[in-house]
Amino acid sequence: MQTPARQLWLGALETLPLVVAAFPFGIVFGAMAHANGLSFAVSVGMSSLVFAGASQFIAVTLIASAAILPVIVMTVFVVNLRQMLYSANLMHHVEHWPQPLRALLAFFLTDETFAAVTDRNNRHPGEPGLRWFYAGSAGFMYSFWQLSTVLGYTLGERIPGLASWGLDVAMIVAFIGIVVPALKRRADWGCAAVAFFSALVTHSWPHQSGLLFSSLLAIAVGLLLSRPGQDLEALPHE
Amino acid sequence: MNDWLLIALMALVTFVPRYLPFALAGRVKLPATLERGLDFVPVAVLTAIIAQTTLIRGGELDLTIANLHAIAAAAAFVAALVTRHLFLTIAVGLLVFGMLKLLTL
Repeated sequence: MQTPARQLWLGALETLPLVVAAFPFGIVFGAMAHANGLSFAVSVGMSSLVFAGASQFIAVTLIASAAILPVIVMTVFVVNLRQMLYSANLMHHVEHWPQPLRALLAFFLTDETFAAVTDRNNRHPGEPGLRWFYAGSAGFMYSFWQLSTVLGYTLGERIPGLASWGLDVAMIVAFIGIVVPALKRRADWGCAAVAFFSALVTHSWPHQSGLLFSSLLAIAVGLLLSRPGQDLEALPHE
Repeated sequence: MNDWLLIALMALVTFVPRYLPFALAGRVKLPATLERGLDFVPVAVLTAIIAQTTLIRGGELDLTIANLHAIAAAAAFVAALVTRHLFLTIAVGLLVFGMLKLLTL
C-alpha cells in the first residue's frame, strides 16, 4: 500500500518522459498562436481551459485559414473521440470515485496520463490509490503544458528549432515500454499489428482521423481474434 | 470571430467526451462485446500513435536509415521484449537516440 503522496510522486515520475516530449509542442503551440495573431490571454486561456494539444493545434490552424466557428468546434469534437475511448477504457477503475472527482480528473485525460495510468494498472492491478497516481500525472502534465505555452508565446522565435531536437522520441520509447508488456495474447499482437500498419496507411487523413479509424479497426480485429472469457484467464486477478 | 466563445465551445467538446464514460461508470452495464473491445484501447491507440510518430517524419513515410526515431524505437522495442521494464526501455531508447544524434552531427 502506497501513501497518497507517494502515488502522486510515482504518477509524476512515470509521466516525466511524456512531459519532456510534449514540452516542445507546447512551445510550438504558443509561438504559432502568437504568429497567427491570437492574444496572450486567449492562447494561455486555450491551453488552460481546453488542455488538448491536438485540438489546440487544429484550432489555431483553422483560425488562420479563416474557418467558421462551427467547423472548428465540430473538428475538435471528432478529434476528441479518441479521449472518449480512453475514458471508456478506465470506467471500471473510476466507478467508485465520487462524481465531482470523476469530473475533475476527466478534464485532465490526455494521451500521456492515459498511458501512464494504463501502465500502472497493468503492473499493479487493483492497487488502491489510483486517483493519486492519476492526479500526479495530470498535474505534472498540465503545469508544464501551461509553462511551455507561455514560453512559446513570449520567446518562441528565440528558441531556434527546439521542435527539431527530436524530443518526441521520449514519448515513442515510453509508449513502447508501456504497450509491449501489455501484449499478452495473440489477439493483442494482432490488434497492435493492425493499428501500426493502418496508422501508416492513413497518416495523411485530415485532423488525425486516420488515428481514430486505425484504433477502431485494430479493436475490431482484436475482438475477432479473441474469444469471450479469454481475458479473464490471461489477465491477473484483481 | 469571438475568441472566448470559441474557447468555451472547444472546452465543452473536449470535456464531454473525456467525462461522459466516467460519469456513466457503475451506472450502466455495457454489452459484453463492447467491454471486451474496450480492453484493446491502450494497445490499439498507443500503437497507432507510435507508428505515426516514429515513421511519419516531416509529413512523409520515412523508412530510411536516417530516421533516428525509427532506430531508437526498434532498440526500445527489443529492450521492452527482453526486460519488460518501463524505465530500462526508455533508457535504452534515449541512449541509442542520443548516441546516433551525436554521431550524425
